[in-house]
Formats: sequence, C-alpha cells, structure tokens
Amino acid sequence: MSILNLLRIAFRALKRNKLRAFLTMLGVIIGVAAVIAMMAIGQGSKQSIQASLSSMGSNMITVMPQSNTPGSVRLAGSSIQTLKLEDIAAIKRLQSDNINGLSPVVSTSGQAIKGGNNWPTSITGISPDYLHIRQLVLLDGIMFSDNDVKKSAKVCLLGKTVIDNLFPDGSNPIGQIIRFKSIPFQVIGTLVPKGQSNFGQDQDDIILAPYTTVQNRITATNYLQSIYASAVSEAASDAATQEITAAVRASHKLLPSQDDDFQVRTQAELISTISSTSSMLTVLLTAIAGISLLIGGIGIMNIMYVSVTERTREIGLRMSIGARGKDILMQFLIEAVMISITGGVLGVVLGVTSAYTISYFLHWPILISQSSIVISFVVCGVTGIFFGYYPAQKASRLDPIEALRYE
Amino acid sequence: MAKKILELHELKREFVMGDMTVRALKGLDFEINTGEFVTIMGSSGSGKTTLLNILGCLDKPSDGSYMLDGIDVKSLNRDELAGLRNRKIGFVFQAYNLLPRTSALENVELPLFYNKEVSAEERKERAIKALDAVKLSDRFDHTPSQLSGGQQQRVAIARALVNEPVMILADEATGNLDTRTSYEIMALMQELNAQGKTIVFVTHEPDIAAFSSRTIMLRDGKLQKDSINEKPRSAKEALASLPESDDY
Repeated sequence: MSILNLLRIAFRALKRNKLRAFLTMLGVIIGVAAVIAMMAIGQGSKQSIQASLSSMGSNMITVMPQSNTPGSVRLAGSSIQTLKLEDIAAIKRLQSDNINGLSPVVSTSGQAIKGGNNWPTSITGISPDYLHIRQLVLLDGIMFSDNDVKKSAKVCLLGKTVIDNLFPDGSNPIGQIIRFKSIPFQVIGTLVPKGQSNFGQDQDDIILAPYTTVQNRITATNYLQSIYASAVSEAASDAATQEITAAVRASHKLLPSQDDDFQVRTQAELISTISSTSSMLTVLLTAIAGISLLIGGIGIMNIMYVSVTERTREIGLRMSIGARGKDILMQFLIEAVMISITGGVLGVVLGVTSAYTISYFLHWPILISQSSIVISFVVCGVTGIFFGYYPAQKASRLDPIEALRYE
Repeated sequence: MAKKILELHELKREFVMGDMTVRALKGLDFEINTGEFVTIMGSSGSGKTTLLNILGCLDKPSDGSYMLDGIDVKSLNRDELAGLRNRKIGFVFQAYNLLPRTSALENVELPLFYNKEVSAEERKERAIKALDAVKLSDRFDHTPSQLSGGQQQRVAIARALVNEPVMILADEATGNLDTRTSYEIMALMQELNAQGKTIVFVTHEPDIAAFSSRTIMLRDGKLQKDSINEKPRSAKEALASLPESDDY
C-alpha cells in the first residue's frame, strides 16, 4: 500500500474521532509548547546576560591585588598596596599585539558639589584608554589627553546620574566647574548612559578624571586599586592574561616558588560562569517540559491500543483480502505519527505564541531558536513511532480468523 | 476439459488444546473445477468453518495437501498467504464486513490497495466495473449505513469480484438476510457463475444449496456426501414465485 493511501486512511480514521484525536494530541501539544516556550525564555535570558556582559567590555582584563599571607595575617585585597605604576610600565614595555588598551584605576569616594547641589559619589582616576576598555562612549565634549594626565589637570567627565544630581535644572555641564573633596574640576565631557550593571550597580554614577590628578591632588597615594586592560579579541584574552601575569610577576620580583600577589581576571571567565548557570536553568526547564512530552506519548500509546481493539474486525477484513502484517503495522504506525506530528505543529504554534505573549506582558527577553523547533519536531516524530509501535505491532500480529469473528 | 481450481488430498486439521487434540478435519479428498457452483453444507461442529478457513488461505492444514490454482498452500508463510488471498480469493462474509463511513466505491477498491501492480486509475475503473456487475452503479457514494442489508452484501460481492479471483468464497452470505433478499443474492451468484466464476458457498440452509450445481456435505470432519445437482433451481424463478407480501 502506498504512503499516500496510508496517510489518507490515517487521516480518515482520525477524522472519525475528532475529539478523541484532539485530546490525544493535547498531551503532545502542551509538551511541545512547553519545551519551545521554556527554551525561548532560557535562551533569551542567557543571551541578554551575555549581551550586557559584553557591553561592559567583553575583552576586558582586570588586574587586582590579592591577599598574600605575609606572616599568616590575611589582608583584604583592597587594603593591599602592591599594584604600582611600575606594573603598568612593565606591561607597556611588552608591546604585546594581544593588548590594545591599558589603564590604571585609582578611585576614592566623596561628595561632589556644584553650587547648592551635592551628591555622594566616587571619582575614578584613569588614563584615556579607559573609555575604550570599558566601552564607554562620549555623549558630549571631549576626553582628556595624555598631556592632561602628565599635568595632573583638574578636568573630569561625568556620568548621567551625577549630572542629574548636580545639574537638576538641566543646564549644560560642559565647561562648568564642580568640586570633589573641595578640589575644583572643570567638566570637559559627558558619557552616554549605560544603565544598571548585572549586579545592580549604577554604571552612570561616575566621575572620570586623570589618574595623576586623583593620586596627586585627592588621595595622595602612589598605589593603584586595579589595572584595566583590553585584549584585541576574546580569543586573544587568554594569551594577554598570561603576558600580563608574567610582566606583573617580574615587576614584583616574585620567585617562581611564590604565589601571585595579584589576580588577573577576564570578562570571558565571568561570562562563561554566568552562561553556564543559565544554561543549566534552560536544561532544567526543558527537562521538565520534556517529561510532559513523554506523558503525551503515553497518551498516544493508550489511545492507539483502544483504536486497535475497536477496529479488530476491520483488521481481520483487511488481512483476509490481502493485507500483510507489514501493511497493518504501517497503517497504525502512521496514524500514531500523524497524531504526534500534528500535535507537534500545533504545539510549536502555541509555544511560539505563548513565548511572545510572555515577553510582551512581562518584558522577559526571549529567543526562539530554529534548533528548538527542529528538535521538537524530531522528538515528536520519534515519540509517535516509539509509542505507536507496540499497538501497531499488536494489530499486525492478530490472527485474521479470530479478528474477523471478534465481537 | 475444465481446469482444477481446488485439490484437497487427505486434508487434516488438528487443534492442540492443552493435553487434548481436537481433530476438526479428518482427511478430506475432493476437487473443484473452474465454473462450478459448490455449496458446502454441514451442521455445526461438522468442520465447515475450519474447512472454510483453510480454503480461504486463512489457515493451513496440519496434514495432507491443499492446492489452490496449482499452488501448494501448506508451504507458504504468512505474507505469502496474504498475497494469495489478495490475488486468488474473493471473500463474502455473513456480516458483510464493510468499512463504516467509507463509500461503496472505496470499499470495493480496498483489495486493490494491497496489490502494487494496480494503478490508482485502474483501481477505480475496476471498482466501478465490479459495482456495475452487482447492479449498484447508482450507489457509488453511499456509505454502508445508507445502504440496505442486501445492498451492503452486494457491495461486499463487488469487493470480492474486483481482484478477479479464481474463486469466490462465501461464508453464510445470506445468513443475515430475509428470504427475498437471499434469493436476490443467490440470483446474482448464479448470474456470476453463468459468466464463468467459480463459487464456493458455505451454508447450513438446504434451501440455499438447491441453487448450486454441486453440494458437499460434511459430517464430523469427514466428507459425508458429494452430490451433483443435475437441475439447480433458478433463483430468478424462485424470486418471481415469492408472494408479493411486502408490496403494501
């Protein structure tokens, strides 16, 4: 019997029991819809986390002091003063092709004042490379130059939060003078807002100034909180990390037996940590949805057994007029697969619709991947074959004599 | 000289049920030639049904041989038996066994679906021809529930004819019908027989056996009597002689 005829027979058999066929499909529909929606939400959130991490500068490398334990007393990392400008110079001397940006970071908190307005914030001392490393963009004005760094110029750039609080009347801050810890700074530029970071920090609550200015005029220190660098690409970040580690170790005159007194972190590490957490979540959600698909499959098996029993006489007749076991097997198998595939199609439609509905009302990021749809279809087909096979085999093995006389 | 369609030689069929062996057929010998209209009769328990199953290639003999159109049935496997049924035998059942909610035409086409050599157009053509032969040309689209018992049985006969079998095997084909309709069916059978179809008709009604040209009586799994009916009754005449009681 040709496939086309088998499809027609299956279609007619399902049409004869529309409601029953639909209820059987419902299990598959809900299962597939759940898989699609869950994967869309899981992958969507993963993608949005990745995107926002990348916006912090995905090739960023951070060097921070680390507590080594001199005389068994552990010190907090921030209180350690091992990172110096010499380390920057050592990294610079590498002239590595893997590194395309380098900036010291010195920061201190304090009150910023403009006329009658004041705002508790912090000032970050950096070199001009910092903008590129952190992927910050100037909204207006200019960035300070290397010359400004050399002269410890009293210039600064402001983030949106600081501007909003110091200039509540909306006047243009460029060219104005603000005070930070009683030191006057001229505002030469403003930054494009970045919003909150993944950790809830306000990334716009910043004042950027030359690191020399901060070191010499405010903190009066010569150590650095951290060093920021950027690798030319994500792929180069491992090599850059190694070079930086070696350079800083050399600069700190560490013996091979000694541990690092600093730590080097890449953004890529952070991304992969967070991504793996959200991947796990996706797998978990999908597994739960997969179980409902399994239950749908059992529903198919159940109804196919009923269908075979109901149509025992039909099977007997078909056999008596020349249907082979294989023909009967195919007939019922195709019926089962038709239920599961139709359920799959409806499930995909429902899943995609509900994913968009969720994202519309709850503003959750979603990502519907083609692979999730393809996988759902394949799983449906396999479910139909797997759960349809045993009832179909039962039908194909019936004895035609008994089947014909079945009441 | 007529060709032999069926040859039974020392045919036995035994069923093993636990420790007991039930001997349903205890050695049958007979032959049927093309163009014969044979009724097989016998009371219940005589082995009629067992014989019918074997003749219809639904079952195989335990011993002895059964040749259908020159093929030794005993040596065939399940699939080969199915193929043989498809090509050589046209079944007509007591309960019609039509597919519900399926048009008469498609019911008739059904055996040809399992014959790969028949194309879709040929299938339809042959089904229409078979329905013409049973005088149901105007009922192609009717489903079984829209047909009377006699009409349903005629659709079933058309289905038996469509694969051009060497023999039509009817199992109590008039058992569910009233006398008038039974006679109509027998008239149709006689007509088909006159066109050269070989018919084997299993029944327990002597009334029906009178229409055939030969009667084989079974008793207790053995052949009791094999008689040629020199002057078969004409079903058409019998129909004409029925009182027209249902015309009011």
